[in-house]
Amino acid sequence: MEGSHKPRILIAKPGLDGHDRGAKVVARALRDAGMEVIYTGLRQTPEMVVEAALQEDVDAIGLSILSGAHMPLVARIMELLAEHDMLDVPVFLGGIIPNDDVPKLKEMGVKEVFGPGASMEEIVKFIWEAVGAKAD
Amino acid sequence: MQKLIEQALAGNQRAIARLITRVENSEEMAETAVSALYPHTGRAHIVGITGSPGSGKSTLVNELAKALRKRDQLVGIVAVDPSSPFTGGALLGDRVRMRDLSGDKGIFIRSMASRGSLGGLARATSAVIKVLDAAGYDTILVETVGAGQAEVDIASTAHTTLVIEAPGMGDDIQSIKAGILEIADILVVNKADHPGASRTVRSLKTMLQLGQGMSVRHHGRLMHVRAVSPNGNEGAWKVPVQETVAVKGEGIEALLDTVLAHKAHLQATGEWLEREKVRSRQEMEQLLQARLMARLEMKVPAEEQMALITAVAERKIDPYTAVSQLFTLISSH
Repeated sequence: MEGSHKPRILIAKPGLDGHDRGAKVVARALRDAGMEVIYTGLRQTPEMVVEAALQEDVDAIGLSILSGAHMPLVARIMELLAEHDMLDVPVFLGGIIPNDDVPKLKEMGVKEVFGPGASMEEIVKFIWEAVGAKAD
Repeated sequence: MQKLIEQALAGNQRAIARLITRVENSEEMAETAVSALYPHTGRAHIVGITGSPGSGKSTLVNELAKALRKRDQLVGIVAVDPSSPFTGGALLGDRVRMRDLSGDKGIFIRSMASRGSLGGLARATSAVIKVLDAAGYDTILVETVGAGQAEVDIASTAHTTLVIEAPGMGDDIQSIKAGILEIADILVVNKADHPGASRTVRSLKTMLQLGQGMSVRHHGRLMHVRAVSPNGNEGAWKVPVQETVAVKGEGIEALLDTVLAHKAHLQATGEWLEREKVRSRQEMEQLLQARLMARLEMKVPAEEQMALITAVAERKIDPYTAVSQLFTLISSH
């Protein structure tokens, strides 16, 4: 009970689409994997996402974007993370993302992109590894 | 660590956030941080917000924070949600209702998982409050886990405790039960635009009057009823019942006035210090317990503990004798 570091993961939905089922399913799965999930709800601006990540001192940031606006949203979020010296916090993405965009997103610093076919085990495993790598 | 403490004292949000994580995860870090920060604490007004799940705590915290900001106060928020008893995981969702507050550098919100504590707060909540207090936040709003009847730790943590009720949560007898209602400095009936709100207000007011000395007419005869609680004394704080509709922001300014009036009352009557003493006593007892348990782990090997536990389970010795033996082992050098 004591001295254990529980991974803290932010699950946020930046942008204007109102479909939060995917974000909720992932949040729930991470909770069941023993992580502490900070869930922010719908329609977050990049500023809100980064502010929450900073105050909550999270170990990873998961973004769910289905609006098609992932390129500008992610670009702005990465910019803000850099401003706050938080690029060591891994960012992963879920939602409807065209295959062509995935390499560009990774170039921006996104660690992984999970499409509609991704399994929950895959996502949970990825986050455990990403967080483990960070918790030196 | 020293650098982190200095930056947190200067109000750097990233440093505050990182310090909180360390304090939350390790008893030793908490000790180092709190020892260094303690001389800088004691300024903040700590306001507890408790009530059943869905009564509107987070929304009310959101509105109170906005109202406090209008009065130029720096606001810290600690919002506790439960950890799973099975996996230890948690879903901390209080920020969903606090989206209005983002972008304001005068507000710091931190979500905490209860991590197995049963009193409505987490074990490290008091240490986290101290970090925010030392960092210069004037008012710290502490939102508990959705509470039922017995989660009353907040009363010994906060200076001012708000208990939030929503209409339609039970009959009159619920309001005279012991427990959560007794710890309220201010009772709030939220969702006051819902049907049944006036009945909830009435039954709470009746409950409060039952505790105070009064004269009543009974079959035409005037009878005096003596106060049953020490709070019925003259000059004591009379618990008000306030109505709010948090989602519309109604009743919030009046509620905040009452919260500040309670603070003034505590300071004028010397009760502020009394509450600090209650809080300090509880905190010291908890630390002492933790240290005793740590010493137990150090002095008595797990197999030896297990042997005693088995002996008690098999009815070979009784639990009191077993604890006496453990205590002798702990006390030995």
